[in-house]
Amino acid sequence: MEKKTKVNAEEGRHDLVVTREFDLPLELLFKAHAEPEIIEQWMGTKVLKFEGKKHGGWQYETKDPQGNVAFQANGVFHEFSPNEKITRTFEMVNAPWGVQLEFLQFEKLTDDTSKLTMHIVYKSAADRDQQLKMPFAYGINIAHNRLQEIVSKLKQHA
Amino acid sequence: MNLRRDVFQAIADPTRRAILLLLATQSLTAGAIASNFDTARPTVSKHLQILTECELLEQEQNGREIYYHINAKKMKEVADFIEPFRQMWDERFNKLEEVMKKYKPNK
Repeated sequence: MEKKTKVNAEEGRHDLVVTREFDLPLELLFKAHAEPEIIEQWMGTKVLKFEGKKHGGWQYETKDPQGNVAFQANGVFHEFSPNEKITRTFEMVNAPWGVQLEFLQFEKLTDDTSKLTMHIVYKSAADRDQQLKMPFAYGINIAHNRLQEIVSKLKQHA
Repeated sequence: MNLRRDVFQAIADPTRRAILLLLATQSLTAGAIASNFDTARPTVSKHLQILTECELLEQEQNGREIYYHINAKKMKEVADFIEPFRQMWDERFNKLEEVMKKYKPNK
């Protein structure tokens, strides 16, 4: 089966492109990026602030099960055109790399399908590569947390 | 003692994950690695030993110093760097699709 989400990150460049085709009409795809309650559901983070307009700010925060802040990110919208595009800055708090610039382009494919293209520009190629490595650490964290969850459930049932 | 040393044991510990992340972009000496943690130096050494035993880290003699760096080949076994990034977005987008399909009232 072809991978639905594609990442094009060419060697030595300071940007990358994430593309994905959705089994959703364009309007719903955009809505999922424009309504804080919906963003919370699929991004798995709290949305503390969301001003979906030019010069509006946004802020996400995720806490671990112990209540410690695990992830914080924020930025500003430069363009917010419904069903068309979002241009925003993205900065992860306490990350060793700087602010990144994100261009989200929303396209209608058919009445029931749509496409999202995220072009992410980093300050340097090194910053980009470091960011790419994050989900590795994040992924094993998640895997580990899931494992712990499963194990603790097993214990309860024992 | 014949402890089982595998990749998954290595990454099961938060300090060891932090060490791997620290070494993702640079080679460092044991002392430099330890200075990044509040943990006692012998504890960090133990973690380095485990990571080295399961071949996630390699030691390299540079003059009098021993530098630790990530064994890229072994890390490839765990995950290619772009692939987890892609999977992270794929999972998020699958969730998005799922959420929005429910959201749609006429389907």
